[in-house]
Amino acid sequence: MAAADELTFHEFEEATNLLTETPDAATTSRSDQPTSQGHVAVAVGSGDSYGAEDEVEEESDKAALLQKQQQQPGFWTFNYYQSFFDVDTSQVLDRIKGSLLPRPGHNFVRHYLRNRPDLYGPFWICATLAFVLAVTGNLTLVLAQRRDPSIHYSPQFHKVTVAGISIYCYAWLVPLALWGFLRWRKGVRERLGPYTFLETVCVYGYSLFVFIPMVVLWLIPVPWLQWLFGALALGLSAAGLVFTLWPVVREDTRLVAAVLLSTVVLLHALLAMGCKLYFFQSLPPEHVTPPHQAASLPTNIPLSPTLPRSMAPS
Amino acid sequence: MAEAEESPGDPGTASPRPLFAGLSDITISQDIPVEGEITIPIRSRIREFDSSTLNESVHNTIMRDLKAVGKKFMHVLYPRKSNTLLRDWDLWGPLILCVTLALMLQRDPADSEKDGGPHFAEVFVIVWFGAVTITLNSKLLGGNISFFQSLCVLGYCILPLTVAMLICRLVLLAGPGPVNFMVRLFVVIVMFAWSIVASTAFLADSQPPNRRALAVYPVFLFYFVISWMILTFTPQ
Repeated sequence: MAAADELTFHEFEEATNLLTETPDAATTSRSDQPTSQGHVAVAVGSGDSYGAEDEVEEESDKAALLQKQQQQPGFWTFNYYQSFFDVDTSQVLDRIKGSLLPRPGHNFVRHYLRNRPDLYGPFWICATLAFVLAVTGNLTLVLAQRRDPSIHYSPQFHKVTVAGISIYCYAWLVPLALWGFLRWRKGVRERLGPYTFLETVCVYGYSLFVFIPMVVLWLIPVPWLQWLFGALALGLSAAGLVFTLWPVVREDTRLVAAVLLSTVVLLHALLAMGCKLYFFQSLPPEHVTPPHQAASLPTNIPLSPTLPRSMAPS
Repeated sequence: MAEAEESPGDPGTASPRPLFAGLSDITISQDIPVEGEITIPIRSRIREFDSSTLNESVHNTIMRDLKAVGKKFMHVLYPRKSNTLLRDWDLWGPLILCVTLALMLQRDPADSEKDGGPHFAEVFVIVWFGAVTITLNSKLLGGNISFFQSLCVLGYCILPLTVAMLICRLVLLAGPGPVNFMVRLFVVIVMFAWSIVASTAFLADSQPPNRRALAVYPVFLFYFVISWMILTFTPQ
């Protein structure tokens, strides 16, 4: 890039282009939280030194200027929340694609969010997932009843409520806990600030997207296929989370990093398992015919017969 | 209720075109006012009309409101270039439709807690909070539509699905069976598509073009959930 080019007034898209090329370049986020004074990710030696110093200064100057120009509205105004929905269709689709195909070098927050988190994705992906869970759970029941008319079919509407509450709690409380934990670990070290709360929510929200096709594919009543799809989706989703969290966490002690990452993956796995067992489970035993007939319904049998029956909804 | 007092002679809507003529490009014209009008716009005629609406019979008052609601129903069923729903919004129609739908969808009180369809309150909450959420979403994305206009449009566009519910209940009287189910599925799908087309005709224009899909997707999800509730309804 010519130096004269750098000195002319750039649209903000230029800055994002720069940011893609040098994903570790410094940038200040438009975060409105009073406690975090914007986070500056320094180009720590990952081998990508494109003469990082000049561009670091350019970026921070540009971003600081932009920040001064934009009034930061208070959190009680409508405009404050409008800034979190400042995305186009193509951007949302891009972010979804990015969450479906996690790559080791590409940090979701830096590469796709570009430090401009949105609330549209997490909110509507959670809503879609909750309703798809309820609908496909109901559909499994319908299909099971087709094969065995003795099963009592009913549209179990309470599952919609359960699905909604559990998905939203997971997608918002777990990022809150994670964010809190990371901030506590970082303490006063502002140089390597963790992600803002919204970025964490965004990462979790978009990582839940891969569960939607997984849940739809669970309609196929072949148990090993269901577990295969589950494992695949969980792998993709957890990989996305781990690759995003790794740059922040690797500066910490090895023990803490390992524990944190394994907790994140474990919680994600628990969510997937919970969905599978609760929404795709057989009816309570009193509605099902004697075991030799029940055995003919593959959806009702979990693979590991030692699962405690206490997991069944009462 | 938001109605222009001179509603019988509505100038903006009488376009002498055959039905479905403009279905391929059903959009609203650009010069509509963003905010609906809740009061009588022409101030000088207030005193003349005030005494007449006070002294008129109850029958006249009710029929005027019912006619306005009925006219909007027609606009939903036959979407064409018109901005009646937006200019003279009201929430009576959505309320009537929501209550009808919830009454028809609610579960048998004899059902156990875990089985059965939705309660009356659950349907009500889904419809109204769904509509509010979609409206908020559309406004946050930068849409150029007012809160109640959007609620009005979303509520009125439930009409095809309410009709589908009525048809499904009638069809279910004939007894269960695969043919029964196919007929119901077909009806619900057609009405679902109709709802989406009708609401998109009114709402899509108010969004900036690069975010139109983002604003329409929640509408799709909303009507999908309502259609699902209608389709899975089983009389106990």
